[in-house]
Amino acid sequence: MLVVIAGGLIFGFGLAVSNMARPEVVLDFLQFDDFGLLFVMGGAAVVTGTVFALAEAFGDRAPLTGRDYGRRLKSFDKNVVVGGVIFGAGWGISGICPGAAYASVGIGNYPILIAIGGMFVGAYLQGLWRARRAESAATGTSAD
Amino acid sequence: MSGLTPLLVDGLFPNGIAHYALGGLLIGLGTAVIYLGTGVIAGASTFLESTLSYVSDLPRFNKAKYVASRDWRVVFTLSIVAGAALYTVLFGDGWWVSDVQPWRFAVGGVLVGVGTRIGKGCTSGHGVCGVGSRSRTSLVNVATFMLVAIGVAQLLSALGVSP
Repeated sequence: MLVVIAGGLIFGFGLAVSNMARPEVVLDFLQFDDFGLLFVMGGAAVVTGTVFALAEAFGDRAPLTGRDYGRRLKSFDKNVVVGGVIFGAGWGISGICPGAAYASVGIGNYPILIAIGGMFVGAYLQGLWRARRAESAATGTSAD
Repeated sequence: MSGLTPLLVDGLFPNGIAHYALGGLLIGLGTAVIYLGTGVIAGASTFLESTLSYVSDLPRFNKAKYVASRDWRVVFTLSIVAGAALYTVLFGDGWWVSDVQPWRFAVGGVLVGVGTRIGKGCTSGHGVCGVGSRSRTSLVNVATFMLVAIGVAQLLSALGVSP
């Protein structure tokens, strides 16, 4: 748990340093007024890419969980694109994504709680909708 | 020619690049610490569904991997809040409040909640971890949300919505 706390603190600290916790900065990037965000995402991916590769090459398994350091690749299907479109629309409207929203609370930006509430509503709605769809698929189409 | 480079840099990066790059390195470092310790990819949006398992019976939210990880995901999220607060208190110039209109947070937030969970990840899981592992799934997802977000933000700006 200490590792999670340390990692979360550094992660949130970094989001505050980079100003990505401010929706205005993300919107400035999306509107091509300031391309600095490329360095945030690029810098983060360079670090994770290097560490992941080194862990895979020289490490054995994680000391705390015993999980091995393999690549964690998510399977590709059309949901990856559909979800990306919906998330992109939301990111473009609000300028905020989940991790940055949590950090935004930490810099004092209380209106962001509206966005976090919205994220929970959205996550709940997609779960409900998927459950309904799975149910109707299981019972057939007798209703129509 | 010598005058052009600083002009270009100023135009593209009016606020410089140092704090952006430093913040990015720290975000990556935080993710790396968790990965080295636990072997887990620390995505931020899974917290939304794993936390719903405390209050909802829907099987979707009560998958074993969500129930097993929900406690430490709450701790992870609270630590992100604390880390950002720590920076603000120690090095920041006071608390900061956004001027973005509340409806944008409400509507955008719901779409982010739906999209990240259908698309299996967000800016951290796909953007930072997935791109770092050169996952094709993640690269497609990131390219998709980036292009759509740019289009939507430019459209709103063109329609005069500001901020």
